[in-house]
Amino acid sequence: MNPIYASRKRTDFIIRGLCIAAAIFGIGWLTLILGSLLWNGLTSLGLNVFTQMTPPPGVTGGGLLNAIVGSLIMTIIGVAIGAPLGMFAGTYLAEYGRHDKLSSVIRFINDVLLSAPSIIIGLFIYGAVVVPMGGFSAFAGSLALAVIVIPVVVRTTEDMLMLVPTALREAASALGLPRAYVITRVAYKAARAGLITGVLLATARVAGETAPLLFTALSNQFWSIDLTKTMANLPVTINNFVNNPDPNWKNLAWAGALLITLAVLTLNIAARYLGAERTPK
Amino acid sequence: MSMSSVTLPEASVANGDDAKHPVKLAVKNLDFFYGQTRALKGINLNLYKNIVTAFIGPSGCGKSTLLRVLNRMYDLYPGQRATGEVLLDGQNVLDPKIDLNLLRARVGMVFQKPTPFPMTIYDNIAFGIKLYEALPKSEMDGRVEAALKGAALWNEVKDKLNASGLSLSGGQQQRLCIARTVAIKPEVILFDEPCSALDPISTAKVEELIDELRSQYTIAIVTHNMQQAARVSQYTAFMYLGDLVEFDDTSKIFTRPTQKQTQEYITGRFG
Amino acid sequence: MTDHTVKAYDKELEQIGLKIAEMGGIAEKMLVDAMEALSTMNTALAERTVTNDPKLDLLQREIEDSAILTIARRQPVAGDLREIVGAIRTASDLERVGDLAKNIAKRAIKVISDSRVPRATIGLKHMSDLAARQLKDVLDAYSARDAAAAKAVWLRDSEIDALEDSVFRDLLTFMMEDPRNITYCTHLLFCSKNIERIGDHTTNIAETIHYLVTGESLPIERPRPPR
Repeated sequence: MNPIYASRKRTDFIIRGLCIAAAIFGIGWLTLILGSLLWNGLTSLGLNVFTQMTPPPGVTGGGLLNAIVGSLIMTIIGVAIGAPLGMFAGTYLAEYGRHDKLSSVIRFINDVLLSAPSIIIGLFIYGAVVVPMGGFSAFAGSLALAVIVIPVVVRTTEDMLMLVPTALREAASALGLPRAYVITRVAYKAARAGLITGVLLATARVAGETAPLLFTALSNQFWSIDLTKTMANLPVTINNFVNNPDPNWKNLAWAGALLITLAVLTLNIAARYLGAERTPK
Repeated sequence: MSMSSVTLPEASVANGDDAKHPVKLAVKNLDFFYGQTRALKGINLNLYKNIVTAFIGPSGCGKSTLLRVLNRMYDLYPGQRATGEVLLDGQNVLDPKIDLNLLRARVGMVFQKPTPFPMTIYDNIAFGIKLYEALPKSEMDGRVEAALKGAALWNEVKDKLNASGLSLSGGQQQRLCIARTVAIKPEVILFDEPCSALDPISTAKVEELIDELRSQYTIAIVTHNMQQAARVSQYTAFMYLGDLVEFDDTSKIFTRPTQKQTQEYITGRFG
Repeated sequence: MTDHTVKAYDKELEQIGLKIAEMGGIAEKMLVDAMEALSTMNTALAERTVTNDPKLDLLQREIEDSAILTIARRQPVAGDLREIVGAIRTASDLERVGDLAKNIAKRAIKVISDSRVPRATIGLKHMSDLAARQLKDVLDAYSARDAAAAKAVWLRDSEIDALEDSVFRDLLTFMMEDPRNITYCTHLLFCSKNIERIGDHTTNIAETIHYLVTGESLPIERPRPPR
């Protein structure tokens, strides 16, 4: 065989080998994590987890009901505030302000915010909301989550609208449609699956956030749905329970972790499914 | 070639046809700028009622730009401006006070790539109508049917009006776009290379359609396909580097053009 | 005119033009030879002339084939279209000229054996010279794409017509002088008609050239000189 070609073939073999090894290495750890999570979580998961409140230390039994409900409430409020804001801002970037100077500034800041550590957002809300209002509250927690949702949704909204072909916008304008109609009736429709995917991904992202809640909603061992008070939530509860020697708490932490993982997984799969639907038949 | 042959001698413009066909749209001393670049240079020509006018010329000659001036499509983008006059029934389209949406309802446009909206076939048509008229369901059904028949698409889609517009073939999509444009009853229809993405059979169908639409509308078509210009139009404008080089009867342009550049372009000698 | 972007297109048009020139040369020679054979009573020359005709027919067919192929392939327009249509028309006119010349040569073979009044061919020779000159001029106009020269040929055709009248009168006189001349003179009468027809084909070609070059047709009625 031609020696140069043989050497090319050898290089190809080595590179391919390295890639496969790296993939197995990475996926191996992931499988291990998921495996132990499933093992420990499933053994601790029972009906009580969904029906009883978080127990005090040293007591057997108890559940995570208040934490589950608290997480749901704060995530929903956070997304409800953040998603519309993000969509409007993203729409501005992609549609009205596409050629503006202001847009590039906003786009840059948004990218910074997108990669900002979530603990910094927690601290920011702590300083901006918790301290002036004189205490931790579920509302502050929701706000912190909203601040995390916004840049994600801004980014996906802008990207998805940018993917809508200019020809489609021109075609709609050529029918005499006012700009707002062109955007809401045609561009949004064309980008719909992508927009929903963005919101779902943002939801999945905040569902598991611990750091911003630690400084804002804190947690609560008892049932509370009062937005002005501290509120129980899964991430902080897991964080608290896992650091405790009490075996009951440790088991509940495993169950909580499994629940969050499953929820995030479901959201991601839903997002992926919708994303695949986006490409027209 | 010398620059003097680029400038348009008045004599080569078809004159005396105003009496035969009323002028629907008159372009007068039109200049167009992309930023600092002058893309159209003093264009003068008329679009006549019930006449198909074809615009031909090499890429970048300004034919598509001219078309996009006629319905102020360029207004969507910053840094583009036009000077001169474009008179639609005597009213200056370039007037900044004119309502762009109403203008575009009167001067419809069909694009190079078929652009059905991401909705059902029915809604693709009804959508535009709803903007201007509140019709009861039965009347709307009639209008949708009439528009689809007008675009020779009815028989192919009547059993699947609720299917997505995107599920149609390329040629059907383009006819859907024509139906959508026709549905809002424009006066002028601008076709910007409507067949460049279509197969020959679909192209023939669209050409047949354009010929039928002629009886009711004023039509302008930009095309890279010179045989198409020869087939569908009654008047042809040859443009080069932003100038209108020759504007005359299509039959004359394709058998004995007066300008050397026109002759060289249509016979495939350019460049 | 500059070249086409597609070089093969130029080549095709050039080939057609060359074949027209070749046809023109053959047709011209056939006419001159046929008349020469008739007036010098040269049977061998007449026979050679007759054998030239199939060449002309073949060339005409080749020109038509490549013209049709070019139309199908290139969809010619404007000057190119006129060029090709002009070539088809010219080729068919030249083919007819060849047929008419062949007919003169055939008649020559028949009448040479019993040539009764040699002076009867003088007017005919004169007419034929004129037609040959017209044919040569029109072929020159074709290769030079000269509309003015073509128009000049077109206007001059009336000279042949006038000569035909006088040849007709002469032949009639010979026939009246001696009825034994009738067969011979009738053949010559047909020859004169043939030459007149060759003149007509020449004007057809002139009209074709004028249209090919300018895109304008010459008027249907040619201005007739006063008789």
